[in-house]
Amino acid sequence: MRRLIGCLLAGVFAVGSVVGLTVSAQAEGERFVLVSHAPDSDSWWNTIKNGLTLAGEHVGATVEYRNPPTGDIADMARIIEQAAASNPDGIITTLADADVLRGPIENAVAKGIPVIIINSGTPEQAADVGALMYVGQPEYDAGLAAGQRAKRDGIGSFLCVNHVVSNPVVGERCRGFADGLGVELGSSMIDSGQDPSEIKNKVKAYLAANPTTEAVLTLGPTSADPTIEALKENGMAGSLYFGTFDLGTEIVKGIKDGTIQWGIDQQPFLQAYLPVVVLANYKRYGVLPGNNINSGPGFVTKDALGKVEEFAGEYR
Amino acid sequence: MSQADTQTGSPNGGPPEEDVDERIREVSSLRKALVRPELGSICGAVLVFVFFFLIARDSGMFSPEGILNWSVVSAQFAIIAVGACLLMIAGEFDLSVGSMIGFSGIIIALFSVTLGYPMWLAIIIAFVVALGIGWLNGYLVIRTGLPSFIVTLAFLYILRGLTIFIAIKTTNKTIIGGVRDAAEGDWLAAVFGGKIFKGLFVWLGDQGIISTFVAGNRAGEPVVDGIPMLIVWAIGLVIFGHILLTRTRFGNWIFAAGGDAQAARYTGVPVNRVKILMFMFTAFCATVFATCQVIEFGSAAADRGLLKEFEAIISVVIGGALLTGGYGSVVGAALGALIFGVVQQGLFFAGVESSLFRVFLGVILLLAVILNTYIRRTITGER
Repeated sequence: MRRLIGCLLAGVFAVGSVVGLTVSAQAEGERFVLVSHAPDSDSWWNTIKNGLTLAGEHVGATVEYRNPPTGDIADMARIIEQAAASNPDGIITTLADADVLRGPIENAVAKGIPVIIINSGTPEQAADVGALMYVGQPEYDAGLAAGQRAKRDGIGSFLCVNHVVSNPVVGERCRGFADGLGVELGSSMIDSGQDPSEIKNKVKAYLAANPTTEAVLTLGPTSADPTIEALKENGMAGSLYFGTFDLGTEIVKGIKDGTIQWGIDQQPFLQAYLPVVVLANYKRYGVLPGNNINSGPGFVTKDALGKVEEFAGEYR
Repeated sequence: MSQADTQTGSPNGGPPEEDVDERIREVSSLRKALVRPELGSICGAVLVFVFFFLIARDSGMFSPEGILNWSVVSAQFAIIAVGACLLMIAGEFDLSVGSMIGFSGIIIALFSVTLGYPMWLAIIIAFVVALGIGWLNGYLVIRTGLPSFIVTLAFLYILRGLTIFIAIKTTNKTIIGGVRDAAEGDWLAAVFGGKIFKGLFVWLGDQGIISTFVAGNRAGEPVVDGIPMLIVWAIGLVIFGHILLTRTRFGNWIFAAGGDAQAARYTGVPVNRVKILMFMFTAFCATVFATCQVIEFGSAAADRGLLKEFEAIISVVIGGALLTGGYGSVVGAALGALIFGVVQQGLFFAGVESSLFRVFLGVILLLAVILNTYIRRTITGER
């Protein structure tokens, strides 16, 4: 028993000293921290991580990615506080719930740390908390554009598969879509949870109970991938109008084989890459673009899939 | 059980005999001082601090706002760990702690914001409802004889589902904001969300001992402007739990109920009452957590507190308690919470790849349990 404890202790310290070494080796150049609201299980954020790493290499800065493991926004607030306490040269964060995150972000800004809001939140909220700019896709507008597009294609009712019902900003996509179609959102938005088989079965159950549903809208790969499976299993793949937010390997396949009509690409790569570039240049030369940056929306259809397919899940 | 006896005398709380009894083995005072349930977590806490001091001392982890950061996180763990610890010593589990946090938060926001009740009333309602659910948990466990693991697992789902349902039905959203405005100037809200020693920190800031904000509306104010009530609650609950467990007759009943419930019943310990009260205390702690969080962040969300039940149990286990009940210490659980909080935030400060966080957590949990098992075997002589 003693020996086992000794071994484990030695192991922890060995790992610790290696980590310590790498930290000191990276300590040149600026240090930027990106804080997201995504739980560990959300694969979509891998693109953000890759974009962040690449930007760090390109501008020669140290970059760190942080997220609350369960996606609890209150935990995320602590991470932002922590990031501010570690005195980085800039913080890049999402604004998933302005009530909770306002305080920590404002404190970081007040400490003199430049902050850029990405992804979730609105340009107005970003300005409100004192951030330099907002880089992302205005969610309601993107949903509205998608809804208008679906209406032109003759759609009158839909199912919205929401896998992050706790994130009100993402829910805006469904509201925008409903407004674009000109229908009430009502009970057409379901809380699908994060588990793939759960999502699949909920979609199947809804479509069985509401056979007149004309379209399905998913809000990201987490809900889109199981929905593709569900449609394949109940035979509606290809006949049901299917639009989705965001891209991923399965979604690209779905667009290619006609299961999915279009995917809305908010180009998350840019949401991670551009803030690092902006912050680095702001720090070094004091230059700053004069406006917010819209990274999306862009509709990806069957016609323009080449690059998307090549880099899906990695940079797209 | 055995540890309780060596520490606190007979189960009836009578004073230990002055005369030397040949049935009692002589134990050196050094050994007595060292061999305690919390020894493992004391070593662990020292080790963790040394470790992070070596690899992360330049990162701001030991600056005032850095210390506040991991203290608050540790205090959060400690609040739920105290309840979980006493319950676990009494021989039961509560897996509904995390869901209870979300549920209580929504109740407070619902009554104060949506229904417009005064904040203090909303908080009291939340506590009453939570204590009721805690009682129901305990009652079901006692009456059905089912393992508390199963009963509270059911409540994990029931409460989480109800939380989402109530939030959606009443407000069409899963997040109810605007609590901060509702809590403005409320006396009970300040007990949970206020800060103390503000003047001291302003003075420290003016003296240049702690840094101040340089921009925005708060320029000139110290970066740490007080000790949050969350930390005060955590310390208060730990002291309360420690005294209750080691200095009172009721504390001995808790050990007895968890050690061997049937034997405890034979000696006249009201086991059912003890266990039900401990379930209620766990619910109380969860609601304290929820109230502090809701008041601080100004909103309640249906997904708050996910997995917190396991974080509470992990803290307790790091602190040296036995999963099977009858053995453990509140101080140990508090140290377990401190270790957990420092490791969680410290890894961020150290710049460790965040996906490795769980690996470290697992290793530390394993290490703590092995160390604790070794210490316990030394104490009790079991093999």
